[in-house]
Amino acid sequence: MEAVVNQLPIGLSIGAVLLLIALGLTFTFGQMGVINMAHGEFIMAGAYTAYLLQDWAGRQAVLVALPVAFAVAGVMGLILERTAIRHFYGRPLDTLLLTWGVSLVLQQLARDLFGAPNVQVQAPAWLQGGIGILPYNRMFILALAIGSVVAIWAYMTRSSHGRRMQAVMQNRQLAAVSGINTGRVDQRTFFIGSGLAGIAGVALTLIGPVGPALGTYYIVDAFLVVVAGGLGQLRGAVLAALALGLLNSYAEFWTNASLAKVIVFVAIIAFLQVRPQGLFVLRSRALT
Amino acid sequence: MTATLPDVARVAPPPPPRPWFDRLRGPAVFTAIAVLALVVAPLLLEPFRLGLLAKYLCYAIVALGIGLAWGQGGMLTLGQGVFFGLGGYAMGMYLKLHDAAGDLPDFMVWSGVESLPALWVPFANPVFAVAFAIVGPVVLAVLLGALVFRQRVRGAYFAILTQALAAAVVILLIGQQGLTGGTNGLTNFFELFGQDLAVENTQRGLYIVVALVLGLLYLVAWQLVRSRFGRLLIAVRDGEDRVRFLGYNPATVKTITFAVSAGMAGLAGALFVPVVGIISPALLGVVPSLELVVAVAIGGRFSLAGAVLGAVVMGYAKTSFSEEFADGWLYLQGALFILVMTLAPKGIFGIASSVRGLVRSRRVRA
Repeated sequence: MEAVVNQLPIGLSIGAVLLLIALGLTFTFGQMGVINMAHGEFIMAGAYTAYLLQDWAGRQAVLVALPVAFAVAGVMGLILERTAIRHFYGRPLDTLLLTWGVSLVLQQLARDLFGAPNVQVQAPAWLQGGIGILPYNRMFILALAIGSVVAIWAYMTRSSHGRRMQAVMQNRQLAAVSGINTGRVDQRTFFIGSGLAGIAGVALTLIGPVGPALGTYYIVDAFLVVVAGGLGQLRGAVLAALALGLLNSYAEFWTNASLAKVIVFVAIIAFLQVRPQGLFVLRSRALT
Repeated sequence: MTATLPDVARVAPPPPPRPWFDRLRGPAVFTAIAVLALVVAPLLLEPFRLGLLAKYLCYAIVALGIGLAWGQGGMLTLGQGVFFGLGGYAMGMYLKLHDAAGDLPDFMVWSGVESLPALWVPFANPVFAVAFAIVGPVVLAVLLGALVFRQRVRGAYFAILTQALAAAVVILLIGQQGLTGGTNGLTNFFELFGQDLAVENTQRGLYIVVALVLGLLYLVAWQLVRSRFGRLLIAVRDGEDRVRFLGYNPATVKTITFAVSAGMAGLAGALFVPVVGIISPALLGVVPSLELVVAVAIGGRFSLAGAVLGAVVMGYAKTSFSEEFADGWLYLQGALFILVMTLAPKGIFGIASSVRGLVRSRRVRA
């Protein structure tokens, strides 16, 4: 019983990181039909941002890095969208292959810039230790995710930009004829989604080392969150990410790490038998 | 001058009929390549290069399956490495048991396994091993395909799921050290069906077998695409719902095609192991699976020949570039990838056919 409780913060924090990563994916996928394999490299960029800021901010680097990483990863996403992805709208499978090429290049770039071995980011002193079974660093990650979700929710429902984003997601043509500049909305979505990946990268520095392949460990699971949660669905992403994080950590704990991924995969396939389009579905009459 | 012509005249009329030429061109090219591959290559190439070519041809078999599933059927499968690996491990297990001759395979002794695991026992039989290399992937693909396609999970969702499968299987293989050899995989094989694998003639024979299998499977795939089933498959790719409204079941069509492509990948894996001498998780994960999809895209996904060509070109490029500068390969591959997807999404064969179309329309206009 004690072990079950001990595993809880681990599962929840993994779920929180997955959520931060999957939010960007689910919006770009739901709104633009873009499968961005380079999203994982935005995570890596965020993590290395924290690493570089250590020279300047010392042990408080993680805190300083949050807004900086958001901006760095966001701008990277924006550049990718402007230079390449916008030519691919309506061809989701091609964007997948294109962005995979981008991700290969970015990984090798990181290897050349920062070296192949992993690096460490020192966590601030106030994040070490914990109360009882709750380590501060994992609670910080959880708080970060909750904060981000609230911010995104407020943005989507309370701001005019966010409402335009929802409109484009629901029906691009109708949104366009209503006078919404859909290209502009796409850029904003891409910026925010990529920026969240940067924040996820900073969060990851608290629970592990940073390396050029950091993104590849999380990207597949994050895509599974998108599939299970439903396209472009905030609620779906939250629930699916937490469920996947918990399932992952408990499966690892009760069986072993090598079986956990298979269990998760089987669980997803089984889940799709009940809800083939994910937890929540945007209802539409569009024929595909 | 052209401006004064009525629009009708500018539309290119169909090319003059050349029935005997058109009908014979395909078989002639196929025969020429077959002669080149089966007679000229083994005579001219040194054993090391011939071994490399055999390896590329194994990849080409997988690529052929991807071309079938993705190019013709629109199913982007990012997990062909799993099927390739199933075939490879089945063959590897047989070879290991054969070399051990009744004892435990070497790596099991190193990881402290005391008796042969039950999973390994049937693989001592070569017929079972080879049959499993094909049937295993087919069964897995039918299972996955039936569950996924029946629920109308498609497109990107399917791609993501196959990718997740590849990632999961790799972690599973690495974790089961005593059963699978872990990260190192299965290697150090000595004998195949009584033939010493280190001998040049065995290697040459293996190359011929691989080339023959590829040629045969190419003909099978080509016939499949030309058949009624193939038409249906392309129709499913271009408008799945419409096919459903016409009374067909797209899920069945897709599952069968997916299973065929999985069987091809499994067979390729079984051939790969004696040719290259190793099967390990690194050869079947997300990255190698995606690399082959890229190869198919570069060659031309809409033509089966393009898929085969792409795999061979990619294999050759990879070997020669990594020999020169190891790190540069990833840049080159990434850049190649971005360029092909942006400039020539139909690959080499797409470029070739649009050039041909251009020449033809010029000729007509002149």
